[in-house]
Amino acid sequence: MTAAQVWAAIDEIPDPEIPVISLVDLGVIRDVAVDGNVVRIELTPTFLGCPAVDAMRRALEETVAALGAEAEVAVVHDDSWSTDSITPAGREKLRAAGFAPPAPRAAGKTTLVQLRSKAFRCPYCGSTATRLENIFGPTPCRSIRWCADCRQPFEQFKTI
Amino acid sequence: MSERASLLLTLADDELIVGWRDSEWTGIAPTLEEDVAFSSIAQNEIGHARALYELAAADLGTDADALAFDREPSEYACAPLVELRLLDDWAMTIARRYLYEQADQVRISALVSSSDPELAGLAAKIDREEVYHRLHAELWAERLAGEPRFRSAVEELWPYALGVVAPEQRDELARRVGLPLPSNGLLQGHARGTHTDELEPLWTEMTEVRRSIPGAQW
Repeated sequence: MTAAQVWAAIDEIPDPEIPVISLVDLGVIRDVAVDGNVVRIELTPTFLGCPAVDAMRRALEETVAALGAEAEVAVVHDDSWSTDSITPAGREKLRAAGFAPPAPRAAGKTTLVQLRSKAFRCPYCGSTATRLENIFGPTPCRSIRWCADCRQPFEQFKTI
Repeated sequence: MSERASLLLTLADDELIVGWRDSEWTGIAPTLEEDVAFSSIAQNEIGHARALYELAAADLGTDADALAFDREPSEYACAPLVELRLLDDWAMTIARRYLYEQADQVRISALVSSSDPELAGLAAKIDREEVYHRLHAELWAERLAGEPRFRSAVEELWPYALGVVAPEQRDELARRVGLPLPSNGLLQGHARGTHTDELEPLWTEMTEVRRSIPGAQW
């Protein structure tokens, strides 16, 4: 078995909370290494409070088992994941599903002024006449915004 | 216990207990949006606690759940600030969020440049996530700035906030918050190492289910 085969198989695993995007598109798979019958996978959570990490780990183990190998999944807690790790295909899938993709990570940290700015585009109508409703949303990785043009709330991926 | 494990437990216990206190607002916050915000912040703080406990657990030969729930109240290393039950006082709750985030920023920023790569990596991740908690606190502090109840809540909790950081970080915290350092006498009873009477009832409730069947696999 090759690492490429494993990557192809795990590219089919949907994110447990936003199933339109795969774990690979989300950028949370940091490394895949094949050593005989053992596949070592490094997984990094989007947010530390993300309850989906255990579900991701199980899905990886099951997928690798279906390939006839054994998975060793290591969850890595460091600053290596950023919303910039989401692939271009992943960003487009998010937008098509009604989630505004994250803004690029800036040199400095996110500020209130940035969050209140009109730089965020509505995923439904493309308008930038949007405003911040709540920094926090249904999961740690999302905020809630409101589009004044199509008069709909939408979920904005937080830049991290 | 190693210095590293003890530092990790200090941070983890603060995050667990403040997350637990923030979660008390779930379902009863004054607006729906704040209900969402407090629940999300609480979830994230407890997520930070879990990651910190996991790192400590590897050093101590145990697991994160055992560290979070199987110690006696007196063994927790949290600061008195996070123990206080502030329900249903919104001014005090926001004052604690504001002061806690300021204090947490001082110590987490210092850890980002630690020579211990695991600690520095985790601190960098936590620091990036905390930005959103700080923005939330900043928004409310700005909105309530002219309210006498909020100002007196900040003053009342200020000595407790100083108990969150190491003594050598107090000057920096005072500069950030813009309040004077009180005398050492006034800091008595607010510093880490002492516990308020409010920790034990919290612990009893927090660990109740786990203690009901000791050693169970959940």
